[in-house]
Amino acid sequence: MATLARLQARATFLAHQYYFRSRHLHRVATTIQKWWRSYLGRQQYQVVVKLASCAMKMNLYNAMAVRIQRRWRGYRIRKYCFNYFYLKEYLRAVSETNDAIREALEEFAEMKEREEKKADLEREEKKRDYQARKMHYLLSTKQIPGIYNSPFRKDPDPWELRLQKAKPLTCHRPKVKQKRYISLSSWLACTSARSFPRSEILPPIDRKRCQGPFRDITEVLEQRYKPLEPTLRVAEPIDELKVAREELRRQEWMRNVNDNMFLPFSSHHKNKKYIPLMHSSSKYGPNSYGSQHFRDENPRKWICDKDFQTVLPSFDLFSKYGKSYSKAGQII
Amino acid sequence: MHSFTKDQSPWIPNGQAGVMSLLRPLLLDVVPTIQQTAALALGRLANYNNDLAEAVVKGDILPQLVYSLAEQNRFYKKAAAFVLRAVGKHSPQLAQAIVDCGALDTLVICLEDFDPGVKEAAAWALGYIARHNAELSQAVVDAGAVPLLVLCIQEPEIALKRVAASALSDISKHSPELAQTVVDVGAIAHLAQMILNPDSKLKHQVLSALSQIAKHSVDLAEMVVEAEIFPVVLTCLKDKDEYVKKNASTLIREIAKHTPELSQLIVNAGGVAAVIDCIGSCKGNIRLPGIMMLGYVAAHSENLAMAVIISKGVPQLSVCLSEEPEDHIKAAAAWALGQIGRHTPEHARAVAVTNTLPVLLSLYMSTESSEDLQVKSKKAIKNILQKCTYLPALEPFLYDAPPNILKHVVGQFSKVLPHDSKARRLFVTSGGLKKIQEIKAEPESLLQEYINSINNCYPEEIVRYYSPGYSDTLLQRVDSYQPITN
Repeated sequence: MATLARLQARATFLAHQYYFRSRHLHRVATTIQKWWRSYLGRQQYQVVVKLASCAMKMNLYNAMAVRIQRRWRGYRIRKYCFNYFYLKEYLRAVSETNDAIREALEEFAEMKEREEKKADLEREEKKRDYQARKMHYLLSTKQIPGIYNSPFRKDPDPWELRLQKAKPLTCHRPKVKQKRYISLSSWLACTSARSFPRSEILPPIDRKRCQGPFRDITEVLEQRYKPLEPTLRVAEPIDELKVAREELRRQEWMRNVNDNMFLPFSSHHKNKKYIPLMHSSSKYGPNSYGSQHFRDENPRKWICDKDFQTVLPSFDLFSKYGKSYSKAGQII
Repeated sequence: MHSFTKDQSPWIPNGQAGVMSLLRPLLLDVVPTIQQTAALALGRLANYNNDLAEAVVKGDILPQLVYSLAEQNRFYKKAAAFVLRAVGKHSPQLAQAIVDCGALDTLVICLEDFDPGVKEAAAWALGYIARHNAELSQAVVDAGAVPLLVLCIQEPEIALKRVAASALSDISKHSPELAQTVVDVGAIAHLAQMILNPDSKLKHQVLSALSQIAKHSVDLAEMVVEAEIFPVVLTCLKDKDEYVKKNASTLIREIAKHTPELSQLIVNAGGVAAVIDCIGSCKGNIRLPGIMMLGYVAAHSENLAMAVIISKGVPQLSVCLSEEPEDHIKAAAAWALGQIGRHTPEHARAVAVTNTLPVLLSLYMSTESSEDLQVKSKKAIKNILQKCTYLPALEPFLYDAPPNILKHVVGQFSKVLPHDSKARRLFVTSGGLKKIQEIKAEPESLLQEYINSINNCYPEEIVRYYSPGYSDTLLQRVDSYQPITN
């Protein structure tokens, strides 16, 4: 501790000594450092000023850009996204169209009503005309005034005038021609007298006689209206056997009271249902091996893909198997 | 014998099986008139009720009919097609039975017949079969009926056109694929031409067919519009016949509901005004498609909703809302009003001005309205209230609204009052501030916040003046006051 204090005193003493000794040097060094520091400071100041001026300029530009952008955004929204005046115009146009449509529809409805009224009036007129024609006999004559022309009236009833104008109605109606039903399939029918048109206008009386010997008219007509005699082949349809069978079946169907077949009593006991073998009635159908082919087919075991070749013909005996025996043997 | 069978038909039948076995052999009789009359009698019996039709099917008569349909004369064909129609109209199972016995091919052959009566009977039978479900329609289409039906539509006889149009409508109503099949044959152009026909039953079927086609998808609706039905369809809205009006407004509704562009097209053609007039001129169920159309148009965008408003749609809808007796029509009108008013404050104001909000509120609160009506009117009120700044319409709500709606009402007041001094004055003089003070709300709820923000708009004395129990506190002060005696 004491050494430390002594060391500290000595250091300060030495410093003072040193300082008093080299005052001039210190002054010079300080001056140099002073000028150096001022130079550095001036540089720093320039940098700061430059930054500040740049920042100010950028702020100004940004502010001006924001102003421009603000105006542009307002313009864009007002013109392209939501144009208030365009909307107003559109709504006005819509309401004008609505009014026009309403007017047009009113006119249409009125026109329809007028047409209906006109049709009604015409119907009434026709009815009254028809009535007048039917009541034509009530017209007044010179001697006898009709019921509508009473002598006590000043002028006759409008019905009287109508009766005067009406044409009397005849009670004969034109007969409705009976249309005979002629099926298009019967050729014979179209050779009948009605199917050939006969002219309504009679030929003129003073016509020139045609030249040449003519056949007898009866013969000609006979030939013209000769009925068709088709050949037997054409006359019968191709599938007439099938048609005949169908016909027969239909007849029976019609006559049958009960559709079930009448079985003979000898088969009466044969009412057991056939139960097939489980081996042959699998879910996927009976196994074809053993009944349809006897050769086991396992393609993976095949040596080559060619089938067996018949080198020697099969025995004739086996081809007649079952056919050369008698039926009583029940082999077939 | 045949007069006996004909007279039997209007009787209430018992012992159907006996009748069938009597009639069956008559179908194969030699005399054609007896065959036809037997077929006619069968048809009338089957037409009468379901059980008899089933008896016809069980009696195994259909194969015989189908077989002879191919061969006999036109009267028999008409009668046999009538039997098939009568059996097929009752239920899908019977129609399936008809399809199973191979009748469709013979009916399609009948559609090519010369006689228009036979074509009409065959087309009618096909239409009734296709009506039930999509599989049966597909079976009818697979039999190749659609091109022939389109040919039938072009025939001059009106009855045939009607029946063919109704058959096409029944085929295309089930699914988009079936509708596309009908469109591919070029049916739309012919149907669009027939809108101009003066016969009202024909117009009814044609409009129904077009609306069934247009309802499935945007493409089909666009194809219908491309056939230039506007503005001709609008004249159908003025027709005398109620069903023509209904089907015309259904068609316009089906077109409008798909996209905003289609709705815009309808608005530009003046369709909205025509529909509004049509709503005004009829009553009951006929109005329903028109009301729904207005709702769909307004739902797409706010410009279209504004177009509906300036066409004077809102007064008409509020009239519908108040005077219709049926709940589903009221529900539709409430929904449409909600769609109109939910876009901006302008729209909400237009709806509120016509005094419909109290009506909606009463419908919501009344116990007699169906659930659907209550739900729809609540949604409509909520949507409109969230945008409504028209205070005179909101004030009645302060008094009789239930708490969940009151919250929105008070919220709207709290948004408008801070900015408008005249409204504040009016609020005080009309007693609204008093009512606000009387509302009890939980301390931290949204309602309390709204009430606080409203109270902050006014000086404290006024708030205290209107708070409940103020007169009591004043009297207490009088009691405790000691006059300064000199």
